[in-house]
Amino acid sequence: MAFATSPEGAPLPTSVKIVVAGGFGVGKTTLVSAVSEIPPVNTEAWMTQASKTVDAVYTDDDKTTTTVAMDFGRITLSQDLLLYLFGTPGQARFWQMWDDLCRGASGAVVLVDTRRLDASFAAVNYFENDTDVPFIVGVNLFDGVQTHALDEVREALRLSKNVPLIACDARDRQSVVQTLVTALTHSLEVASANAAGEQGTLARR
Amino acid sequence: MTANPWVRPYVLTGGRTRTRQTLHVHTLVSAPHYDPAFAARLLPEARSLYERAHDGVESVAELSANCGVPLGVTRVLLGDLAAGGRLELNAEALTSPYDPRVLKRVIHGLRDLA
Ligand SMILES: Nc1nc2c(ncn2[C@@H]2O[C@H](COP(=O)(O)OP(=O)(O)O)[C@@H](O)[C@H]2O)c(=O)[nH]1
Ligand SMILES: [Mg+2]
Repeated sequence: MAFATSPEGAPLPTSVKIVVAGGFGVGKTTLVSAVSEIPPVNTEAWMTQASKTVDAVYTDDDKTTTTVAMDFGRITLSQDLLLYLFGTPGQARFWQMWDDLCRGASGAVVLVDTRRLDASFAAVNYFENDTDVPFIVGVNLFDGVQTHALDEVREALRLSKNVPLIACDARDRQSVVQTLVTALTHSLEVASANAAGEQGTLARR
Repeated sequence: MTANPWVRPYVLTGGRTRTRQTLHVHTLVSAPHYDPAFAARLLPEARSLYERAHDGVESVAELSANCGVPLGVTRVLLGDLAAGGRLELNAEALTSPYDPRVLKRVIHGLRDLA
């Protein structure tokens, strides 16, 4: 459901965006749907070459399920504040779209599945090297249990100490909310550290 | 409505892929004043976006998905409508995605949800 058109002169709500990244099947769509007030949006129309955007997920029983490459959700926080979540397409060949989704983003969550850490290597690389958007890493606990110590995961990902790493359950609303709060808190800290750094630079001149 | 499969995006947008406005996927769009005569002159895709933007405030991404118009085409068409004064955008509100006042409000809003 859309908002009623704003009366003349009334400013439009503020909209904030968080990007949810990671490889195929790590739980991006699940995370977005756990908190979104709109159903996962059918994004087939998003691209002119829809057939190229379908990700195949091979499940353990060899069944192939397909999910559309990118999805987004929305959370209305108040009458004048909306939060949008955008899941990235899984394939690394959609870098341009990652750049597009990251433009103007306030934070990002890279989801990893400890059974297939390598599925999210490209996403971690991207956020470390190719964008200024601050990110955290969320370890999606597929069966609700933590099978790997977070330290091991950090080590395996060669993740800098400055990047928060937390466990989450992509199916659980509370857990997802906590993950998003962690991401934005991290963005605030990075932004304030950057601002302090700039001040320091100015002061030393 | 769905996008017209017989019209390539190139034709719809005159080959342009960039717009003057900064239209993020989460930029909010609204058409407060609906002009039926103007709408009647628009191509179906632009008309569909214009009408939907009048029905309520939605993001660029939602307008694209709900009108069945590819994202790139949606951006160009919305950019034209905005340049012609037919739309309001909240783009200027997003000059810094790290504005601490905004981020703190989002964090508090999320905590209230949990
Ligand atoms: N058991 C369990 N299954 C999950 C969890 N998160 C996702 N899944 C399943 O894993 C599959 C892939 O998840 P999906 O959200 O589509 O991944 P995406 O490709 O990153 O969007 C789906 O069948 C989900 O139902 C989880 O936390 N626990
Ligand atoms: Mg998905």
